[in-house]
Amino acid sequence: MSWDWDKLKEQQQGKKGVPPQMENFIKNFPKFNLPGLPLIILILFLVYLGSSVIYTVGVDEVGIIQRFGKYIRTSQPGLNFKLPGIIEKVTKVKVRRVYKKEFGFRSVRADDKQRLSSESESDSVALMLTGDLNVALVPWIVQYRINDPYNYLFKIKEVDSLLSDMSEAAMRLVIGDRSINEVISKRGEVAEEAKAVLQAELDKSESGLSIVTIEMEKTNVPEPVQQSFNEVNQAVQEKEKLIYQAREAYNKAIPEAMGEAERTIRVAEGYALDRVNRSKGDAARFVALYQEYAKAKDITKKRMYLEMLKDIMPKLGNKYIIDANQKNVLPLLNLEKQIGAIKNEK
Amino acid sequence: MKSRGIILAICIIAVLSIAGSVFIVDETEQIIITQFGKVVGSPIKEPGLYMKIPLIQEINYFPKNLMRWDGNPGQIPTLDKTYIWVDTFARWKIVDPVKFFQTVNNTVSAVARLDDIIDPAVRNFITSYSLIETVRKSARELDTFEAGMMEDKKYEMQSLFAIKTGRELIMKGILEQAQPKLAQFGIELVDVKIKRINYVSEVRDSVYTRMIAERKQIAEKFRSEGHGEAKKITGEKERDLKRITSEAYRKAQEIQGKADAEATKIYAKAFGSDPGFYSFIKTLEVYNESLGKDTSIILSTDSELFKYLKGY
Repeated sequence: MSWDWDKLKEQQQGKKGVPPQMENFIKNFPKFNLPGLPLIILILFLVYLGSSVIYTVGVDEVGIIQRFGKYIRTSQPGLNFKLPGIIEKVTKVKVRRVYKKEFGFRSVRADDKQRLSSESESDSVALMLTGDLNVALVPWIVQYRINDPYNYLFKIKEVDSLLSDMSEAAMRLVIGDRSINEVISKRGEVAEEAKAVLQAELDKSESGLSIVTIEMEKTNVPEPVQQSFNEVNQAVQEKEKLIYQAREAYNKAIPEAMGEAERTIRVAEGYALDRVNRSKGDAARFVALYQEYAKAKDITKKRMYLEMLKDIMPKLGNKYIIDANQKNVLPLLNLEKQIGAIKNEK
Repeated sequence: MKSRGIILAICIIAVLSIAGSVFIVDETEQIIITQFGKVVGSPIKEPGLYMKIPLIQEINYFPKNLMRWDGNPGQIPTLDKTYIWVDTFARWKIVDPVKFFQTVNNTVSAVARLDDIIDPAVRNFITSYSLIETVRKSARELDTFEAGMMEDKKYEMQSLFAIKTGRELIMKGILEQAQPKLAQFGIELVDVKIKRINYVSEVRDSVYTRMIAERKQIAEKFRSEGHGEAKKITGEKERDLKRITSEAYRKAQEIQGKADAEATKIYAKAFGSDPGFYSFIKTLEVYNESLGKDTSIILSTDSELFKYLKGY
């Protein structure tokens, strides 16, 4: 480099009065008149013109053309032309791309640190007050599309932060009207309502954004409280367990008892049949016997009596026959050994 | 050579003056032209290519689109003396650039004015409502586990549902209070919203303690309900058992009774034809069955059987 400087100094010292650059310029001017140089300039100019006239729009985007700042037209995907240079300006907007924004996640926290408030941002995005004045942790994802590129580009200064602010406000509005139980158990409902509220706000401020979906991540309660919430869940399980156990005991006892009852009834029915049949049999036998007896009452009676005696006499143990005139018969007998005695009166 | 230089100079001046007199207004901008600091003509709000007198007239650009104001989050006590952390934001735009230019001049100082006006309005509203009013937006009844609670507790819950104003109306109130004060600056306040409301950390700890206590009590209720329900089922079991057994007994007795009655009827009908004979054969049967080898019998010669033994 010093070599250049020395050369320059020499030149300045050698020729005074006329500025050296000018002199050089005049001196070297004819040299620029080489045949190739204007061609190169022309080519460069054409390339510049070409690049500022022709432009491509990707499949997922549209081009917004402003002529002297004023919106003129929207160009569709493909090769497009515009007026060169500063006359027409193109801004490409990805209208078919679905963007994603996360709230209350670790990944978002790093970005959020820029908007620093004195409270730690990590907690406060997801921390929310519920309608019963409890605190819930509600992380969520907003997926959105640019559906009106004109509004998106020109109507709002910081669309991105509008989306963040509005989405937080909408979610808190919805969560603020729900109890902690509802926040945890009815996430779909919350997402649905938050989407409606957010979309209405975005439309109102002409943001040109359309919400595709709001997805709730795992809603929870703050860490110190989680254990007690689990306890409630456990208690619910325990309650059900106790009920099922009681039902089990019920189901174990009742069908058996019903069977037992059935058995009792069957036995009774059996008894009834037995009793009736027997009585019928006895009656039939008696009637048959009686019919014959009626024909010869005395002799039959006698026969039956004697037949009975014939049957039982051999079976009897001690038999004492005493004369009818004998009185005071008892001393003769050693009755204490006997179990019982029967006096036949006949 | 000299005329060539003059032409060149004229060209340069022409280009410079054209460059200095033509200007572009973007879709997102509005401008006012000032001449030595004095506003000339009406503000230009339509985008496009415009002219001005070079050097003498100056262009002042202002944004036309919606701008963001982010409130300073701060601790504010509510009407029920709970300290909460409130973070608000607002949207605003310049509707009268001339007024805006004359009063606040640029957006940085405008934001300072917004701070001065919106923050106190937020503070006023938060402090004059109870916490629940700023959290809830409707008087919708919530699904808590509190169903079947004691009466005094229920009453407390009812006061929690008695939302008279709600967040949306409070936000609207803040807007309505702040808006007139901003009109003089040529600013229109589009909306003011509460982005976040949270307990301050000291309050939060006690809220957590309360939440834990509340959950514990709910858990206890569930357990107790479980025991109660189980007892009820056990009771039902006992009752059903007794019912089933006794019903069976009753039926059995009825059946047996009926059978006994029928048997009695049959016997009575059959034996009634000659009770003497029935008594006779039944007695014989009894003798036959009851007298055996353990029986001693003393018979007199007077008896029917042995009358022949005594002799004829």
